[in-house]
Amino acid sequence: MAKRIDVSGLSAFYGNHKAIDDISMTVEPRSVTAFIGPSGCGKSTFLRTLNRMHEVTPGGRVEGKVLLDDENLYGPGVDPVAVRRTVGMVFQRPNPFPTMSIFDNVAAGLRLNGNFKKSQLSDIVERSLQGANLWNEVKDRLNKPGSGLSGGQQQRLCIARAIAVEPQVLLMDEPCSALDPISTLAIEDLIGELKERFTIVIVTHNMQQAARVSDRTAFFNLAAVGQPGKLVEIDDTDRIFSNPSVQATEDYISGRFG
Amino acid sequence: MSHTIQDQRPARAPKSVAPSRLTRGGLPRWAPAGIAVVSIALGCGIGAAFGLQSKIQWGLISALLFVTITYVASAVVENRRQAKDRVATSVVWVCFVLAVIPLLSLIWTTVSRGMNALDGDFLSHSMNGITSFEKGGGVYHALLGTIEQVALATAIAAPVGLLTAVYLVEYGRGSLAKAVTFFVDVMTGIPSIVAGLFILTTWNLMLGFGPSGFAGSMALSILMMPVVVRSTEEMLKLVPNELREAALALGVPKWRMILKVVLPTAIGGIATGVTLAVARIAGETAPIMLLVFGTQLINGNPFEGAQSSLPLYIWEQYKVGSEASYDRAWAAALVLIAFVMILNLVARGIARWKAPKTGR
Amino acid sequence: MASTTPTPLDTAPPVTTSAGSTGRAGDKIFAGLSKGSGILLLVIMASIAVFLTYRATLALSKNEGNFLTTFDWNASANPPVFGIAVLLFGTVVSSIIAMVIAVPIAVGIALFISHYAPRKLAAPLAYVVDLLAAVPSIIYGIWGALFLVPYLGGLNLWLDEYMGWTYVFDKTQVGVARSLFTVGILLAIMILPIVTSVSREVFLQVPRMNEEAALALGATRWEVIRMSVLPFGRSGVISASMLGLGRALGETMAVATVLSPSFLISGHILNPGGGTFAQNIAAKFDEANEFGRDALIASGLVLFLLTLLVNGAARMIIARRKEYSGANA
Repeated sequence: MAKRIDVSGLSAFYGNHKAIDDISMTVEPRSVTAFIGPSGCGKSTFLRTLNRMHEVTPGGRVEGKVLLDDENLYGPGVDPVAVRRTVGMVFQRPNPFPTMSIFDNVAAGLRLNGNFKKSQLSDIVERSLQGANLWNEVKDRLNKPGSGLSGGQQQRLCIARAIAVEPQVLLMDEPCSALDPISTLAIEDLIGELKERFTIVIVTHNMQQAARVSDRTAFFNLAAVGQPGKLVEIDDTDRIFSNPSVQATEDYISGRFG
Repeated sequence: MSHTIQDQRPARAPKSVAPSRLTRGGLPRWAPAGIAVVSIALGCGIGAAFGLQSKIQWGLISALLFVTITYVASAVVENRRQAKDRVATSVVWVCFVLAVIPLLSLIWTTVSRGMNALDGDFLSHSMNGITSFEKGGGVYHALLGTIEQVALATAIAAPVGLLTAVYLVEYGRGSLAKAVTFFVDVMTGIPSIVAGLFILTTWNLMLGFGPSGFAGSMALSILMMPVVVRSTEEMLKLVPNELREAALALGVPKWRMILKVVLPTAIGGIATGVTLAVARIAGETAPIMLLVFGTQLINGNPFEGAQSSLPLYIWEQYKVGSEASYDRAWAAALVLIAFVMILNLVARGIARWKAPKTGR
Repeated sequence: MASTTPTPLDTAPPVTTSAGSTGRAGDKIFAGLSKGSGILLLVIMASIAVFLTYRATLALSKNEGNFLTTFDWNASANPPVFGIAVLLFGTVVSSIIAMVIAVPIAVGIALFISHYAPRKLAAPLAYVVDLLAAVPSIIYGIWGALFLVPYLGGLNLWLDEYMGWTYVFDKTQVGVARSLFTVGILLAIMILPIVTSVSREVFLQVPRMNEEAALALGATRWEVIRMSVLPFGRSGVISASMLGLGRALGETMAVATVLSPSFLISGHILNPGGGTFAQNIAAKFDEANEFGRDALIASGLVLFLLTLLVNGAARMIIARRKEYSGANA
């Protein structure tokens, strides 16, 4: 269920402004890769190029290649809708559909394809909620609105919604930045479980979190404000946090960074 | 297309909805435009072949064909979800075109027919001594009447509306404020003819005054007040509370705080709102018809005797029904539209000009 | 008021300096003035209801017909006979036709501007729609009478021929298209800009993250709209429609120019004839004597109550929406 991502020569633009410049990297299947770096360095933008969400932003444009196993996401005839089905995403702020119940939220992605029996649907919803460690908390109120849950529960609901469609890759854009420490811990544990099944890429501002959850870490930086962000290095998380090969990485991690 | 790779799917997730390929057979980029051209051609062809006179039918047939062909083409080449998406897109486009045609036609008709009679004489003369079927005559008395009535109405409605909005935002609490808010909303929906009837019962029937521009102004001001209250309220709410607190913390009395800090900050938006309200009432016909009566002569005194107004003039000329009067009606309509549009542009201008101050 | 007193502002307010006392008096006057304006508005609303009702009862007490069921309007005759049945029917039917046509199209245009149009086109389009909402109704009226009526003739014949079996579209009378159906179409065109404009505002307020949630699940544009935009905007669209309905119900000039009035109720909406409250007042006012005017005022009162009802309903829907979004905050 998990695929390898191969990025080569990727640049992304907002109108005429280049946000990230010439990034190449490989993300291994069934692993957690964390993106760290200062604000504005383009790590979220880069994440959004991996499921073609970047081009939804007005003026958003991408150059370069992203290979999912052997298929180029930006190749001719590729349907962005199919890409987003294959590469799921969890956002910074929990965003359950406010008018839908918990059940409907999880089933939302499945219903887009239509052909599910009621029993199949409830099976998958249950499995996804269990996968997101939320089942025990919500099983008695599946028909209540999803917006009634706490922030951490909402975020796990969004994860359940994303994994319900069995994507190959799961992208997480600072999934814990709006949550309290306990909810954060719950999500981190969940990430550890989910990597058995999915390729996970997570953007985080919290370096301890990157160290805790990820197998590999990529450090992004930008030369100056207004300049495009660049990938400085990507390596095993242990190496990045103990003995990075680039000085800038060490400066950032040890807090010596402007 | 997708079933060729079915066997590659992992066995443990037979219900997986993840498509095994990212590409799909797609319609080319020019497909919507192409389909549009084909359906318009077909629509016209069918219309001509069956001898349908009305161009409206030709258009409707084309629109229907456009939606149907889009769906079928997409369902065949792509899939049902894509087809639905494309149908939604084409329906939205059709809606847009359907609405744009009559609205453009309205503007075009007014401009092209209005030019027939519109000239310097038309703007500077009244209908004095012109019989209905004659050419000539003008709109001066009506323009004058409209300006006077609207100015009077604004003089009544703007202060009342502004103060009411100040009350609602700065002072209003409790049931009175709730009642005012509710009835302002209800008042927004009063038909203009009802406002006219109200002034008729009180000012004319009860107090015994004759028709005059002022009577019309009062009815117009009833229509204008809620609009002013609404827009001013919105603008005052945008003034950040920190500004108010900062002023009060300096020991400024509340009324001076409102006059010196709150209102100046919001003045751009308020002026825009008032101008838009003026534009709305300038085109009202019904209350003027009941209360101002209409005349062919120039009457510069809005407090005494019948006056005319642009919308009323259009209505009168339309009712006459001669070629010359139709020309005059269209020309007056053009003048009225220009009047309203200029007011609208002025409103936008004020909004843009004052925007940096009220913005961050 | 404009001239500032030399007393420094940092003197403590409790100390009764001259500035302090004028300040307090000023506060009272200003607060009183603004409160007075609010009360004035309430008084106006109340007196509209009271005076219209008073004149209406004068007329109703002498009415020889039944106010609700008589198909006639001879209020200036002796004895006076008048009833609102035809007017009520015409007002409601033409407004319903207008709503049925205008609301879906307006939602379509609003979506077009907010989600489909190229960005360079969207802003000027929104602006044009707002301008069109300001075009006076009398201009819609003469355009409708001199331009739309002849153009709808063919469509009417066609509807009669192919849809005549539905009874509603059966045109049993010969004549130009000065019918309730045409009035409905004209009203639809008239309220289109305002309904579009309000709906567009609501659609633009849909939180971006709700739309992205749907997109990230692999939804097509239409599915995003169905999952995120329409549920969020539904109550806004309803209140926009109510606003449009209020306008359609009370519209005078556009109806008066297009309709050829008659005091008949007919389910065949393509037949010329019928009437609406506002149109009837405009048409009968000139030749009405004092009693006839009272009768017209009575019909105006009914129209007033009708629009009150619609506006009240719209307000309730908006209020419920506020509660709803508050619960989700």
